[in-house]
Amino acid sequence: MKKIIRFVLTDILRNRIVIAYAVLMAVLSWTVFNMEDTGSKGVLTLLNIVLLVVPLVSVLFSTIYIYNSAEFIELLLSQPVKRPQIWLSLFGGLSISFIIAFAVAVGLPLFLFADFHQAVILFATGCLLSAIFVALAFLAAIMSRDKAKGVGVSILLWLYFALLFDGLVLFLMFQFADYPIEKPMVLLSATSPLDLARILNLMQIDASAMMGYTGAIFKNYFGSGWGVVLSFGLLLAWALVPFWISLRIFKRKDL
Amino acid sequence: MIRVEAVSKKFGKLQVLQKVDLTCNSGECIALIGPNGCGKTTLIKSILNMVIPDSGRILVNGKDISGDFLYRSDIGYMPQIGRYPENMNVGQVIETIQTLRGADKSVDTDLYEAYKMQQLLGKRMNTLSGGTRQKVSAVLAFMFNPGILILDEPTAGLDPLAAEILKEKIMAEMQRKKLVMITSHLLSELEDIVSEVVFMQDGSVAFHKSNAALKADTGKDSIAKAISHILREQAS
Repeated sequence: MKKIIRFVLTDILRNRIVIAYAVLMAVLSWTVFNMEDTGSKGVLTLLNIVLLVVPLVSVLFSTIYIYNSAEFIELLLSQPVKRPQIWLSLFGGLSISFIIAFAVAVGLPLFLFADFHQAVILFATGCLLSAIFVALAFLAAIMSRDKAKGVGVSILLWLYFALLFDGLVLFLMFQFADYPIEKPMVLLSATSPLDLARILNLMQIDASAMMGYTGAIFKNYFGSGWGVVLSFGLLLAWALVPFWISLRIFKRKDL
Repeated sequence: MIRVEAVSKKFGKLQVLQKVDLTCNSGECIALIGPNGCGKTTLIKSILNMVIPDSGRILVNGKDISGDFLYRSDIGYMPQIGRYPENMNVGQVIETIQTLRGADKSVDTDLYEAYKMQQLLGKRMNTLSGGTRQKVSAVLAFMFNPGILILDEPTAGLDPLAAEILKEKIMAEMQRKKLVMITSHLLSELEDIVSEVVFMQDGSVAFHKSNAALKADTGKDSIAKAISHILREQAS
C-alpha cells in the first residue's frame, strides 16, 4: 500500500495545477499578512480565502484525478492487490498532497505572523477541509461512470456548501426570527463542514462579540475546550464518512 | 486450475452471464469463443474479480476467489485494450507492477527482449501506438511466471511478426504445463495452439469440447470451419 501511496504522491506533487494552487495560496497569505496591521485581521481575511479556495480546488482536482486514474485502478486490480487498498491509497495520496500544499503555502506565513493559538486552529481546519473535500470528491466520482456528471456533482457540492447553505441558513433565520432558534442554529451549523470551520475560527478571534445573542450562544458551545474538540471530531467525521461510503461502493463495483 | 460454478451476472436488465459452468485444467490451452457480447470478457473479468458475480462461485487453484486477492499473483492477464496511466512511461509501468508483485521474484524476460522493450522504456504511455501497448500488456502478463495466463484478444493490433512471437511464447508456456485461456475472433490464428474450445452464446457455455473432438464431430478440418458449421446448423 505504501508503494501505491508513494506513487500517487509523486504523481500529484509534480502536477502543475497543484503547484499553481500552492503558489497562489502562498502569495495570498503573504500579501494578507503584509497588508493587514494586526495578525487577527489577517487571520480573518485569510479564513475567508481558505474557506472559498481550499474546498473548490480539492474537490474539483480530486474528482478529475479519480476519473483519470480509472486505467491505473484497472491495472492494479489485475494484480495481487486488495481492492480497498487501491481506494485507500488514492485517498491517502490525494489528501496528503493537498495537506502538504496547504501546509507549505499557508502554514508558514500563518505561524510567522498570526497569534499562535489562532494559527493552530486555522491550520488544522485548513488541513481537515482539504481532506473533507477530497473525500466528497471520492463520493461524487464513485456515484457515476460519466466524468462530466461526476465533475458536475462535485461543483454542485462545493456550490452548496460554500454559497447555498449560507443562503438557506439566512432564509431559515428570517422565517423563524420570532422563535428562539439559537440552539437549533448550533445544530444546523454542524451539517456543513464549512460553517463549522468558520465558526470554529471566528470564536478564536473574538469576532463573535459582534454577532449579538447568537454569537454568545455560539461562544458558549464552540468557544469552550469541549466545543473545539467536538467540532474537530465532527470535521473528522465529515472526512471519514463520505470516504467510507465510497469505499463500500468501490468494494462491490464492477470495473 | 480454474473452476467456474453456476456464475450469473446482470448489468442492469441485461443478463450477461447465465449459470456458467466451466472447468479448466493446467496444461490446457482453452479458446474462449463466441459472438460479440456473449459474455467472454465479463467471464474473464469475473475470474479476475474485476466484475463481481451476482451468484455462483469461482475457484482458482482450488480456492474460492471471493474476498481473496493473493490468488491473482498466479495469473497473468493481458486485457483486450491495455489501458495504462497516460502520464507514466513504459519503464515506470513495468517497475510499478514489479514492486507490487514482489521484486525479488525471478522474472521471465523472453518477451521483454523479443519485443525490444529496452528501447521503449522512456516513452510515455500516451505516445504509444495500439500495437505497442499490446506488446507492453503481453510483456507484463508473461513477466512473472504465472501458472495461469488469461489473454483477451491477444493478437488484435499486433503486427504479424509480433503475433508470431507471442504464439511461440504461448506454446512454450503450454509445454511447461501452464493453463492458457485465450479469447479471439481470429480463429485461424488459434488453430495450432488450442487444445480445448469453449463456445459461449447469450451468456452461457454452448459447448466445451477438445479441439480434436470438435473437428471429428463436425467432420471439418479446422476450428473456423467447425464453428461456422455449427452456427449454420443452429440457424437452419
